[in-house]
Amino acid sequence: MNEPFDNKIIEDTTVKLLKFAATQLPNDVSEALKKMYEEETRPPSKAALKTIVENFGIAEETSTPMCQDTGIHIYYVNIGEHFPKVVGIEETLRKASARATKEVPLRPNAVNPIVGGNSGDNTGKHIPYVNYDFIPGVNYLEITAFPKGGGSENMCTLAMLKPGEGIKGVKKFVIETILKAGGQPCPPVVVGVGIGGGADIALKLGKKQLMRPIGQRHSDPEIAKLEEDLLKAINMTGFGSMGLGGDISTALDVKVEYAHRHPASLPAAVAIQCWAARRATARIYPDKRVEFLTHKEA
Amino acid sequence: MAEYHFNTPISKDDVQKVKIGDVIYISGTVFTARDEAHERALELAKKGEKMPIDFKDLAVYHCGPVVQKVNGQWEIVAAGPTTSTRMDLFEDEFIKTFDVNVVIGKGGMGQRTAKAMKELKAIYTAFVGGAAVVASRGIKRVKEVHWLDLGTPECLWVLEVEKFGPLIVGIDTNGDSLFQIVADQAHANLGKIGEFLGVKF
Repeated sequence: MNEPFDNKIIEDTTVKLLKFAATQLPNDVSEALKKMYEEETRPPSKAALKTIVENFGIAEETSTPMCQDTGIHIYYVNIGEHFPKVVGIEETLRKASARATKEVPLRPNAVNPIVGGNSGDNTGKHIPYVNYDFIPGVNYLEITAFPKGGGSENMCTLAMLKPGEGIKGVKKFVIETILKAGGQPCPPVVVGVGIGGGADIALKLGKKQLMRPIGQRHSDPEIAKLEEDLLKAINMTGFGSMGLGGDISTALDVKVEYAHRHPASLPAAVAIQCWAARRATARIYPDKRVEFLTHKEA
Repeated sequence: MAEYHFNTPISKDDVQKVKIGDVIYISGTVFTARDEAHERALELAKKGEKMPIDFKDLAVYHCGPVVQKVNGQWEIVAAGPTTSTRMDLFEDEFIKTFDVNVVIGKGGMGQRTAKAMKELKAIYTAFVGGAAVVASRGIKRVKEVHWLDLGTPECLWVLEVEKFGPLIVGIDTNGDSLFQIVADQAHANLGKIGEFLGVKF
C-alpha cells in the first residue's frame, strides 16, 4: 500500500483520454446534436447543424480532431480515498499533454501572456490546469480530460450581483450573457451556471457543470426547474446554430449549481461550452484496470 | 439562398453579386490570418514593406490550423474558422490596404467592419465554427507558410483550396449583416423572454 502507483498507467490513460476527447464526442452530445438537426426548422441553422453532424462523424471515423481548436488542457482528477499513494501526478499529466500534442496531434495552445510565445506542447505555467477532489468511500482514481476551446471561453462571464437582485437577477444576467455572445461561442452551446460561494467558486462551479451529460437534470427539483426554464429562455432568443437564426438550437442544455453565499454577495457565473463539448473520463483501479466511462476502446 | 462558386482572384464585381444568406464555395488560393498576422501585416505595410505574397483579390481566412510536418512537408490536420469579432480591430484597415474582397471566419463581424465592407465592396462569409474536418477536405495543400515565429496557429498559411465551403454570406457589399438581423431579433424577443422568466430587461 505504501508503494506509489505506476504513473506510466496514468500517463498512457491520459494520452488516450485527450485523443478520445479531441476526436469523438461523448454519446450524449452527439445524440443531442443529431436530434437537434432533425428538429430545427429554420434553414440557416439546419444547414449549420448538418455540417456539424457531418463533421463529427468524419472526425470519429478518421480519428482526426473535430475542431482545430483542440483547447487548453484542463483536468478534473477525483482521487478515491482508498486509491494507492500517487506521487507526482501533476508532472505525469503535463507529460501526457505534451505527448498527446505530438501523437494525436493537437494544436499547441499554451501562450505566455506576459512575454508572448507559444510553448509548443500545451504545457506552461499552471497549464495544464488540474482540479483535484478527494472522493470518500471509493478505491479508484478518476481522470477527466477537458480540452476547452477559446472561442466559447471568451464568452464566459462573472457578475457580483447585489443580494437584493436575487435569483431574478441571476436569470437576467444569464440571458444578457447569451445576448452579448450571440453566434461567437459556436452555438448550440452548453451553459454552466454557478451561483454563490464567491467569485472564483461561482466560476468553478459553473465550469464543472459542463462535465454533466446533456439532458441530465439536477437532483434538487428547484434547480432542475431553473435549468429547464433557462434552457427554454435561451432558445427563445432565436440565435440558433452559429448565430445564423434558429428556433431551438441556441443551446443544447443548461446546468446550474450553487454554493451558500456571503450575506453581502451574490456571485453569478456563466460558463459557456461550444457544440464540440469534448470531455473524456476514465477510472483507474488499484489492480491497474482502466475503465473508460465516456468512450469505447477500439 | 443562392449558391455561387468562385475561383480566385475574386474581384469586387464578383462579390457584388452575392447577398446575405447566400452560400459560396471558393477554389484557388486562400490565406490564413488571425490577430497577430493581421497586426504584423498592417505594421509592415505602414513601414512600406512588401508582403510575403500579394493578398490582392484573395480570400483571408480567420483560422489557426492544426498542422503536422510529414516528410518535410506541412500538412493541414484540422482547419476550421476562429471567432471573427477579434479581427474587427484590424479588418477595415486590412481590406483597404490589401484589396482583399472576401473574409472568411465565424460568428459574424461588427458594424465597423460592415461599414468598411459597404464602402470598399467586400463580403464576410461564415464557415461553420469548429467544422474543421469538413474544412480541411476543401484544402488541397499548403502552398507556402510565412511568419512561423508567430507560432503555427497565428502564422500565415497560404492554402490551395477546392470547393472550399459551404460559406454562408454574413455581410454583403450593401453592408447588410445577417448576424445583426438575428441579434436585433434576439433583442426584440427580450420582452417575451422576460415575461416567461418573470424578470424585466
